[in-house]
Amino acid sequence: MTDDAWFAGLDPADRETAAGRIREGGADSPADWPAMAVETGFAADEGDYYDCLREATIDAARAAVEEREGAVDQQLVHAVRAMDDCRRQANELAERVAEWGSSRFESGGTGVEYARELTERDPETLGDRRAVSLARRVVALDEEADALKEYVETTTPEVAPNLAALAGPVLAARLLSLAGGLESLAKKPSGTVQVLGAEDALFAHLRGDAPSPKHGIIYTHDAVRGTRPDDRGSAARALAGKLSIAARIDHYSGDRRPELEAELDDRIATIQARAADDTEAGDDE
Amino acid sequence: MSDLPAGVARRDIDGETGLATQGPPAYGEPTDEAGWRRWNPRRSKLGAMLASGMDTGLTGGETALYLGAAAGTTVSHVADFAGPTYAVEFAPRPVRDLLDVAEERDRLFPLLKDARKPETYAHVVEPVDAIVQDVATRGQAEVALANREFLREDGRLLMAVKARSEDVTADPEVVFDAVVETLSEGYEILERARLEPYHADHLGVVARPR
Repeated sequence: MTDDAWFAGLDPADRETAAGRIREGGADSPADWPAMAVETGFAADEGDYYDCLREATIDAARAAVEEREGAVDQQLVHAVRAMDDCRRQANELAERVAEWGSSRFESGGTGVEYARELTERDPETLGDRRAVSLARRVVALDEEADALKEYVETTTPEVAPNLAALAGPVLAARLLSLAGGLESLAKKPSGTVQVLGAEDALFAHLRGDAPSPKHGIIYTHDAVRGTRPDDRGSAARALAGKLSIAARIDHYSGDRRPELEAELDDRIATIQARAADDTEAGDDE
Repeated sequence: MSDLPAGVARRDIDGETGLATQGPPAYGEPTDEAGWRRWNPRRSKLGAMLASGMDTGLTGGETALYLGAAAGTTVSHVADFAGPTYAVEFAPRPVRDLLDVAEERDRLFPLLKDARKPETYAHVVEPVDAIVQDVATRGQAEVALANREFLREDGRLLMAVKARSEDVTADPEVVFDAVVETLSEGYEILERARLEPYHADHLGVVARPR
């Protein structure tokens, strides 16, 4: 029983180990720890025990928070940018490999898939060896992009649970990347979130050369893409509004609000129903 | 109207009468010269349960386990009138604020733990007189059942059930009935009441272990 206690065999002055025990330890069931601590001589009396416990729990919680938070949103920003870079470079190099490969080997192909095929060949000449080696780099880059994507998919829900649930982890990470982090995304008005990623179009509009963009990167979300072009502005506005709220909850409070998804679905369904209404009205005429 | 626990009082602060406890201010709430600070029932489900006259069985000075402490708004008041208070919260972001609240109090122990896994904090938390639960996850009744081992035989569970955490589309009453039914597997329900007008779609439950 006593062995389970966080203070079992602990030197009361050893704050670091104490905090580690609070974080990593465990027990099947609770017990009267304060009394046990006094019995075993860990603490002089109950008050002394609670003083030790207070220090240990505060140290443990602070360390755990720092570790789990540690500006993970910035890491995500780097990861999603690196993912896009790897993918783009892989595709670009794959074109080179395809051009080179088709000049040397009979079966021509395209893209990363072709590079993958090439890696299985036995190079005969020095030139072949270089071509196959380059193909391996392409495949490795593409695999790195996959690994980065996996990292983004598991980490985004921890950093921004509501945003990730609403936007999907990859789009959520892209929004964080465009805004420069969770805090700055949380502080942006929803109209800005709506056109993040459409900066060229936005500035063209501000110069007076073009209509205002209806959506930026959030175009990739089903709520926008799945809506007919006439109503995409409305859908993008509704989506951006909910995404801004989600980012603010994630930054300022951190708890999970599943109702946001339901509200968004509801709103998008209403917007998409306009298309059906118009068709019906057309039939009546 | 049942009695308030010792250490909680209705006070006139800033020209408004409402619940208050004595302690260092935690989140910018109004205070008076005597050291009392407003406990806003709109920001706290336990506050709403007390304000609406539910019989919580709290007398003041008891040991408490608080599940879902979040940034520590409610738990700061609990630590003001209760004895040693263990505050469990799973999300790192709010725990940063909870730490500030804990730093200013002698008997508030913050734990960054998952309330669904009591075995990860049973080596720290002692048996308590009261469990206060306000977690916004699905399976709120299961959380209460899993943590029942911490409650003394004559202890009280004070629970706020958030309908929208269980099912956003279902009628809240239906959700509440289902949660209370599951809860009855391990608890005897003493009182249940909606927390309107303070909190929409929330149910307050007072129960004791069976």
